[in-house]
Amino acid sequence: MLGVGQVPVQELWDKSLRELAVASIVAALEDAGQPAVEALYVGNMLGGELTGQAHLGALVADFAGLAGIEALRVEAAGASGGLAFRLGYLAVASGVHDIVLVTGVEKMTERLDPEVTAALALAHDGDFEMFPGATPAALAAMIMQRYIHEYGVARGDFAIFPLTSHQNAVHNPYAMYRKALTREFYDKAEMTAAPLNILDCSPTCDGAASVVLAPAQVARDLGRPVVRVSGSGVATDTIAVHDRADPLWLAAAARSAALAYQQAGKDPAEIDFFELYDDFSITAALALEACGFAARGQGVRFAHEAGIGLDGRLPICTMGGLKGRGNPDGATGVYQIVDVVNQLRGTAGANQLDCRVGMAQAIGGSGATVVTHILEVEK
Amino acid sequence: MTMELSRHWRLNAQRYALGGVECDGCGARYFPPRAVCPRCGSRSLHQARFIGNGLGQVYSYSLVHEAPVGYGDHAPYPVALVKLDDGPVVTAQLTDVDPENVQIGMRVEMVTRRIKEDGDKGLITYGYKFRPMLDPRRVEVPA
Repeated sequence: MLGVGQVPVQELWDKSLRELAVASIVAALEDAGQPAVEALYVGNMLGGELTGQAHLGALVADFAGLAGIEALRVEAAGASGGLAFRLGYLAVASGVHDIVLVTGVEKMTERLDPEVTAALALAHDGDFEMFPGATPAALAAMIMQRYIHEYGVARGDFAIFPLTSHQNAVHNPYAMYRKALTREFYDKAEMTAAPLNILDCSPTCDGAASVVLAPAQVARDLGRPVVRVSGSGVATDTIAVHDRADPLWLAAAARSAALAYQQAGKDPAEIDFFELYDDFSITAALALEACGFAARGQGVRFAHEAGIGLDGRLPICTMGGLKGRGNPDGATGVYQIVDVVNQLRGTAGANQLDCRVGMAQAIGGSGATVVTHILEVEK
Repeated sequence: MTMELSRHWRLNAQRYALGGVECDGCGARYFPPRAVCPRCGSRSLHQARFIGNGLGQVYSYSLVHEAPVGYGDHAPYPVALVKLDDGPVVTAQLTDVDPENVQIGMRVEMVTRRIKEDGDKGLITYGYKFRPMLDPRRVEVPA
């Protein structure tokens, strides 16, 4: 990783999709020392639906002053950014390209909430989940309801996930909500899809983040901190929750994490922190279980007992996660990588951890596409 | 307002009769239909109308407060994962029930109801919902 760049996640009324993408690219290239980019992979889910713009590879390359290079857009719902990073990694690791730019961008505030909800629903089975009347939040809510039923967890116990993310967002200048939450506030929050309340759901917003990838030797030669991708795994599951043998098990998260662990030669105990995908509180609990940090049905208990704050056994969402930073859908996977890189090279500011190995995981839909990366810093 | 006539027409067998398929290789039943059996890999599956006789039980549920475009008139409304008696699980709204009374394990049966209205002059689409089973003696669990 030669450099990273991000724009503050907000409702950015005065910025267009291309302006957001280019701002993050300019910041990343500056951080990387202005290398000559050979390819650009753009993670984005809803450019067409919400901003009326497709063909983002060429558009973003053009306005970033890079017309001429290989450029394309990657879409896998909420995993779009993570998957774009995976393609960038494959391009460099395979030797096809040396310097690759990966950008995640999403512009969600051009439309009203019901339209954004309908657009986000495209991540799920349109004919057999969304048409009958479920929503992305309702699917998560039904998983949460069953989890509560099977494992005897109280609804309020899930509050630890949004409380942790919001607490960590306080010191992240790029986060949307820089205010800590209280348990009272959580308990009084309006329902989105019961038992899921509005504070269990990550907010829609605008954002863009970019990273520059290069062979590790290039970074060593430049005398920069070497943050290496040591594990990378992608897996899929049934698109619909109703087709899973066990809807409480994120099979694709387990599989993609296992692939990443195997490649990196690591096990969960060796991961210093985990940028997990807290699009809904229940997803965070299931990710902890699928990735081997907690036993099945113990994700919420693990969060309370082992600790997931900056001083816990497994810090998660160290810069605010999807809840506190905001969840600009297709951009989120790249923001997660930026957070891991900042932690590993010691540029995470007030939230800096003492760490060497970090993991990031992006999830599309209800766990239908999952991308996991393990990054390490050479010290 | 969009028409999407063929998209809805194509799904009549699923929307009105829970039309699914049964695998000739391993006997697994699927709703909606699939061309390839994910369990045994067989490409030979035949149509099975009215999967589960339309009877099942609530595996889990939610009450949708924030509804998408076209569903707002009914919000808040209950949705459920309904486990049909012969295997497949279906995502559907629950109807004719006080949301307070919905429970995991509740016996339900399929009915045909209005699902979505596409504006004042657009399509009105119908499909399956599930309601609490009216006659608990009707427990026709297929062999």
